[in-house]
Amino acid sequence: MNQELLQKLSECVEFGKINLASPYPPTMKGQPGADEYTKQALEAGATPREILDELVAAMGKVGQKFSENKIFVPQMLLSAKAMSAAMVHLKPYFASGAVQRKGTFIIGTVFGDLHDIGKNLVAMMVEGAGWEVIDLGIDVKIEKFVEAVQQHPDAVLAISALLTTTMINIKPVIEAVKAASPSTKIIVGGAPLSSEFAASIGADAYGKTPQDDIVWLDTLIA
Amino acid sequence: MKFNKLAISTPDELIFGKALYPVTTRRGLVIGGGSVIPELNFTLPPMSINAQTLPEIHNHYREIVTDATERARRLHAPGVIFEFETLLEMTQTPSIGIDLVKMMNDICEDNYQKYGFKSEIRLTPNDLREFDRPPLCRTSKYLDAMWELFDKGSQAGGDLLSIESTGGKEIHDEALMMCDIKACMFALSVLGVRDMKMLWSNIVAIAKKNNRIAGGDTACGFGNTAMVLAERQFIPTVFAAVIRAITAVRTLVAIEEGAVGPDKDCGYEGPFLKAITGTPISMEGKTSACAHFSPLGNIAACCADLWSNESVQNVKLLSGKAPTVYMEQLEYDARLMNTALKSGGSTATTLQHLFAASDQALDPQAIVLAPKNVIAISEEIVKGGNYVDASVRAAQKALNIIEEAHKSGELLLPEVELPWIEMLRDSLSEIPTDESKFVEEMLPTLEGKFIPSEYGL
Repeated sequence: MNQELLQKLSECVEFGKINLASPYPPTMKGQPGADEYTKQALEAGATPREILDELVAAMGKVGQKFSENKIFVPQMLLSAKAMSAAMVHLKPYFASGAVQRKGTFIIGTVFGDLHDIGKNLVAMMVEGAGWEVIDLGIDVKIEKFVEAVQQHPDAVLAISALLTTTMINIKPVIEAVKAASPSTKIIVGGAPLSSEFAASIGADAYGKTPQDDIVWLDTLIA
Repeated sequence: MKFNKLAISTPDELIFGKALYPVTTRRGLVIGGGSVIPELNFTLPPMSINAQTLPEIHNHYREIVTDATERARRLHAPGVIFEFETLLEMTQTPSIGIDLVKMMNDICEDNYQKYGFKSEIRLTPNDLREFDRPPLCRTSKYLDAMWELFDKGSQAGGDLLSIESTGGKEIHDEALMMCDIKACMFALSVLGVRDMKMLWSNIVAIAKKNNRIAGGDTACGFGNTAMVLAERQFIPTVFAAVIRAITAVRTLVAIEEGAVGPDKDCGYEGPFLKAITGTPISMEGKTSACAHFSPLGNIAACCADLWSNESVQNVKLLSGKAPTVYMEQLEYDARLMNTALKSGGSTATTLQHLFAASDQALDPQAIVLAPKNVIAISEEIVKGGNYVDASVRAAQKALNIIEEAHKSGELLLPEVELPWIEMLRDSLSEIPTDESKFVEEMLPTLEGKFIPSEYGL
């Protein structure tokens, strides 16, 4: 019974079926979604850990399909929304410590830069991969980055920029964060950046794609 | 809507270098008057912009304009437009932008006096209002700085005025990622249109006051964001193609408000504007690969009056600094088109056909820009009873063109894209042609994401 429910839950996340009312995907219209199946699975005795593992595995499949250009971002976002609907039911177990996320991931667009499409995509995919995400937004000042890592000393930090005139703003952020919290790992990304630039400003990693970020994050907890 | 018929109604007349209503700059460059003119775009290398670096910044821009002008003269270019698209700090502190305009315009004037070489500055202040989230489109504290730069910058020598305006982007960015065509439509055809009316009535007034040219806008933040996302295979190319068609309606508003062209280079919706209004346009294609990739490298040239490179950093390449390199590339492209125009007969249309044919089978975003399809989509736009209706018509026509081309084997479309044609068509059919009904329907779904009063709603 549990296995069947977990299988259905996995399919809901993989194909982006959020709840009963959700019209997408058209082939699953009128069927329960991740919301309902999570509730049913818990009631049937599935453990929060089993459910979380199923959700992360399903999102892994979604990420894989996206990497292979078999689906587009909107489909991935619906999967992420389906996962979020499931996570609502797991929230009390996170609070009690019964289950844990992989870690905390803080992300923000550097000061002077207003671009956030790429940042949002990374945040969404990393969350789907099992991390707690704290999104600091756009035009984030140095102090705000520092404050965030001080509040979450074990968190990983991601900084993005889209312009050649703002990418250089990342360097003072890294310097300030490393001064305040030397052990904080930092990944940077954005169209004009490169691995060479990342290394030159003291970042620990460069993510060309959201998937790169996830792969790198997994190496940190391996 | 002001325009209810096409100014240019045949694909062969919708051709590079020739507009129905050419625009003459103060030094005598005629844009759209029978030849294609290069438009060079440039930016700084990675560096900070502050009081300490201002001398270095001036040196960069001085070097760019001086060297590129010299190269253009050596190549016997008919002239050149330099687009100065300001960076954040140059708009926030207008005096920085104004001083740079003056310095670059002095170089243009010097070359005109010494050699009779015609060049002009297009001044494009960046839209600062995005700094507020959600943006305050009409009451933003940033507007004063933007108006000051437009006004004093044009007095300092900015002969053509443009902007890459962002009204509605706060809705559009998220809608793009979800491929939510209704929300995109609302962002462009309701919010964007209203913001354009406000902005362009003011820009046109400034241009008139200072005897300058109100060029035009671009939906870069909308259509090109879609194009770049599609290029990275984040969203379907079919979706990006439909967005392109819709952006034409929104950017048309600048001309309704009195802009005379050329629109801004990164507005790939330009061909629709040229067909509808007869004004000259600026386009960018393969020579904009220095700034972004696109599937439109050749087809973008079909009806360009200015030919641009989008933006290139002032960095050293083997032959020289990158802007000078791009000056040369632009001029060779323009020279080829101008030679075709001068050759008479069907030479120019043959070149235009080659530009189109080399791209249009490979991407839906290209096929909607083929001159015959530009005319077909523009015909739908001018039939629209209002901006929403016109946008829906444009989108539906674009979808039909894409589907028919795919079915006939004229357009290569990956399997993963095919379901989106029907999904988009379904969503479009749900949009009421009555604009107020559409607004009424959308407002509750977008609550908190934008400020209606900032758009006069």
